[in-house]
Amino acid sequence: MSGAVADLWPFLVLITVGFLPNEIWRALGLVLARGLNEDSQVVMWSRAVATATLAGVIAKLLLFSSGSLAAIPLGVRLGAAAIGFVAFLLAKRSVFAGVAIGEVALLAGGYLFAR
Amino acid sequence: MSGSLTFDSSSAAFFGGVRSAFMSVFFLVLAGTYVGLGALAHDFGLSIYWLTLSTMLVWAAPAQVILISGIGTGAALIEVALAITLSAIRLFPMVVALLPLVRTRDTRLRDLILPTHFTSVSMWVESLRLLPMLEPERRAAFCNGLSVGYMGAAIGFGFVGYYLAAGLPSLLAATLLFLTPLSFLISTARNARMMMDRLALGFGLVLGALLTILHVDFDLMWAGIGGGTLAYVIHRVREAAT
Repeated sequence: MSGAVADLWPFLVLITVGFLPNEIWRALGLVLARGLNEDSQVVMWSRAVATATLAGVIAKLLLFSSGSLAAIPLGVRLGAAAIGFVAFLLAKRSVFAGVAIGEVALLAGGYLFAR
Repeated sequence: MSGSLTFDSSSAAFFGGVRSAFMSVFFLVLAGTYVGLGALAHDFGLSIYWLTLSTMLVWAAPAQVILISGIGTGAALIEVALAITLSAIRLFPMVVALLPLVRTRDTRLRDLILPTHFTSVSMWVESLRLLPMLEPERRAAFCNGLSVGYMGAAIGFGFVGYYLAAGLPSLLAATLLFLTPLSFLISTARNARMMMDRLALGFGLVLGALLTILHVDFDLMWAGIGGGTLAYVIHRVREAAT
């Protein structure tokens, strides 16, 4: 691969693999916005699939972390996520409290159990 | 905020939208997510220009995470594209629910293209909360201002994460990378008001973990379709029983 192609490759992937498969659903929404309401069954099902897909992404990122996060033991990563989640529930569903406490737990666990 | 929001002009409504973006709780969620994404992009050797362009064009953090980690780990591109399109299905019902709020009788189709492209979880939740307080003629401008505020913040925090990750000790860099799954998990849980959404989140986590560990091909697609359909069916059965 020549230098210019190698430089442009990530941008080509961005358009074809990132932008288009994502944008198609927005475009479809624009075209079909008239026919459907928020409570229709197709809309309900697609919301459930979208939520489960996102959850799958989260599980994958936690289990098979990359870069520096991979150096933190798996138990610490899962424990910190669980602590953050419990903090979120206890703090009246505050996203900020959950994220802050989960991060502190990871920092503490990473410091104590560093490899 | 209560009562109504009135603006004298479209540009005033636009800047009112920008201001709302900076004052909302999603500003913090975006900060966490995009600092994490910046660190991830740096880790996988992508340029900051690439990250900025992906924020402007894709404008959906889950899809960007899949894209960046897919390119970084050398996954099959067709599988990455499929996972992204599955993660993006949720944008469809959001656009369908948002546009009737933004549209007036005189609105042309091209005036809806920007609000459509800007549709994402943060902008959608805030728009549905705030737009009903505005006169219909000002809503599109406010909505665009809100989105430009969020997107500008996301691009800025992407820079912060990218350059922080370059110079941080590894434990702190790890906490930045941890922001992405953690803030996704918690903000998704917060948005899950119905039992069906909570079930979908739980099934997706368990199935996603199992299928990844078992090295099943297209793991995200099966986690999404399987977990989501299961949650939907349980919701329908419970609804029919009451």
